Amino acid sequence: MTTTTPAVRTTYRDAMRAAIRDAMQRDPRVFVMGEDIGAYGGCYAVTKGLLDEFGPDRIRDTPLSESGFVGAGIGAALADMRPIVEIMTVNFSMLALDQILNNAATLSYMSGGQLHVPLVIRMTTGAGRQLGAQHSHSLEGWYAHIPGITVLAPATVADAYGMLGPALDDPDPVLIFEHGTLYNVEGELPVARDPVDIAHAAIRRPGNDVTLITYGGTLPKVLAAAEELAAAGVDAEVLDLRVLRPLDADAIITSVARTRRAVVVDEGWRSGSISAEISARIMEAAFYELDAPVGRVCSAEVPMPYAKQLEDAALPQVAGIVAAVQEVLRTGG
Amino acid sequence: MTVFPDPDHARDLYREMVRIRRFEERCVELYSASRIRGFLHLYIGEEAVAVGAMQSLSADDAVVATYREHGHALARGVPAASILAEMFGKLEGCSRGRGGSMHLFDRSRRFFGGNAIVAGGLPIAVGLALADKLRGEPRVTACFFGEGAVAEGEFHESMNLAALWELPVLFCCENNGYAMGTALGRSESETELTVKAAGYRMPAWSVDGMDVLATESATARAAEGVRAGGGPHFLEFRTYRFRAHSMYDPELYREKSEVEAWKLRDPIAAWRETLVAHDVMDEAAVAATDAEIAQEIDAAVAFADAGTLEPTEDLLRFVHTEPSS
Repeated sequence: MTTTTPAVRTTYRDAMRAAIRDAMQRDPRVFVMGEDIGAYGGCYAVTKGLLDEFGPDRIRDTPLSESGFVGAGIGAALADMRPIVEIMTVNFSMLALDQILNNAATLSYMSGGQLHVPLVIRMTTGAGRQLGAQHSHSLEGWYAHIPGITVLAPATVADAYGMLGPALDDPDPVLIFEHGTLYNVEGELPVARDPVDIAHAAIRRPGNDVTLITYGGTLPKVLAAAEELAAAGVDAEVLDLRVLRPLDADAIITSVARTRRAVVVDEGWRSGSISAEISARIMEAAFYELDAPVGRVCSAEVPMPYAKQLEDAALPQVAGIVAAVQEVLRTGG
Repeated sequence: MTVFPDPDHARDLYREMVRIRRFEERCVELYSASRIRGFLHLYIGEEAVAVGAMQSLSADDAVVATYREHGHALARGVPAASILAEMFGKLEGCSRGRGGSMHLFDRSRRFFGGNAIVAGGLPIAVGLALADKLRGEPRVTACFFGEGAVAEGEFHESMNLAALWELPVLFCCENNGYAMGTALGRSESETELTVKAAGYRMPAWSVDGMDVLATESATARAAEGVRAGGGPHFLEFRTYRFRAHSMYDPELYREKSEVEAWKLRDPIAAWRETLVAHDVMDEAAVAATDAEIAQEIDAAVAFADAGTLEPTEDLLRFVHTEPSS
């Protein structure tokens, strides 16, 4: 996307770091907690340099105690601090699932609205780096199942920067999923550094023939597929969900009702996935607008393999997305 | 070293313990009458722990408790009427009827529940204390949990974090001997719980949980240590639950004779005898206290009865914070 506002070119990682730094400078209640975020500089170097700038109280290295420090983030948030908890990778967040589900997502409701948990949890998600089956899954769709939390999946540099501020302003827990293949991606960061909205999907490429619905790490692949399709005369619209919970159903339905065809591209497993939810929503709200059944491109239902050719085969790829779109275009009226 | 307290305070301790006992006895009746549903975990037998421990906490301090928390809520000052209304599922309940017996909350009293995941409250207590430390607030967070929690990873993670970061947490372990139906010796390789605290270099004492003066003085000493910047402290209160784990428990795992033996150490009866022996209370004063408490509980039942049921149209409220709140 081109932008008319002045912007600088930077990486997703640096944009995320800038967002953390700005938030910490703006609000003394903000602090960051996680494994190796300080002295080591962050597993993915997002927090590199922040320890020197803000000191060990606010850039707080933790022991390997995911449940303990996520729960501590919840407690600090209950006491009106604004913690940012970093979990190295989504698979490790399983160790903190009790705190995320049973406490963070639940305390407001269970207390009749008395308690608020203004907590932000950031974590790396996704495959593509040959890290095997315990560092590579895309479980954000699971989290999107849980009432009481907001689930964000920034796919662009602007969102990597812009989503953190409003996430911290939210009085309830917000989970931010950062796809590991995006950290080195460069993009445009508006100089004004305005916050972005964390409620709506965004059309990353307008089109008329089919709607490609995706988010996070698969957005670049879907955009590449759309370019290939354009060369073949297919004008695809690319919708970046940005927010997995609550889903921006209006944006999905509006686009699909116009293009009359949809393919959902999701790095999660197919069964019981966010792609299944999106497909069901389209069926419920736009069944009679469709010219073809909704298509889906998901990861193979295997624990993520290490070997490059197997991992590539397990993940949504440009060729598979193009093929799925062509299939959807072939069927129906 | 415990010193006999001044007579007014001595009577207050007695009154608070009896309040909890009578409240829960009434809960049993109301449960049998199907007025209270869900799980109901009684604290009967353990009253000296919450009442003694709560004496050292001020309004600024925080309390985190478990699903057996009626006693802690009452001792913290949450009104009996709002607790009972909660158990009746009424809008006037301390959690608007969203929580029930296991999820009592009162933010105005910094009473943070009411957590029904064993050890789930410990990390939260660490976080509350971390916030105080970061702000330089001289507060204590008292975290109550049963001895069953020490088998959970969250116990060890929380003990380590609190000690590592020198946080003002008072860990109050209520060792009533059984994690539901599992005796401590059947679940722990090390049954001396203070040894576990020593592994985190945390000051720790074992306390007679059936003696309200002992619980009060031990907590006072530990809370003083925490407030003085001494980091977290750990207290093991050796106590006993006279009733079943919940209302569905046939108690196959313990001998009746064991229960009867512990009942001889009933903290309320023991304290009453001490007060009578010290001429702090006589039989008439005991009866007057009972009558006063019965009146409070009658009024609480009436309040809960008269409460309103939240309309189902409001089912979705408070999943997220409402803009006005």
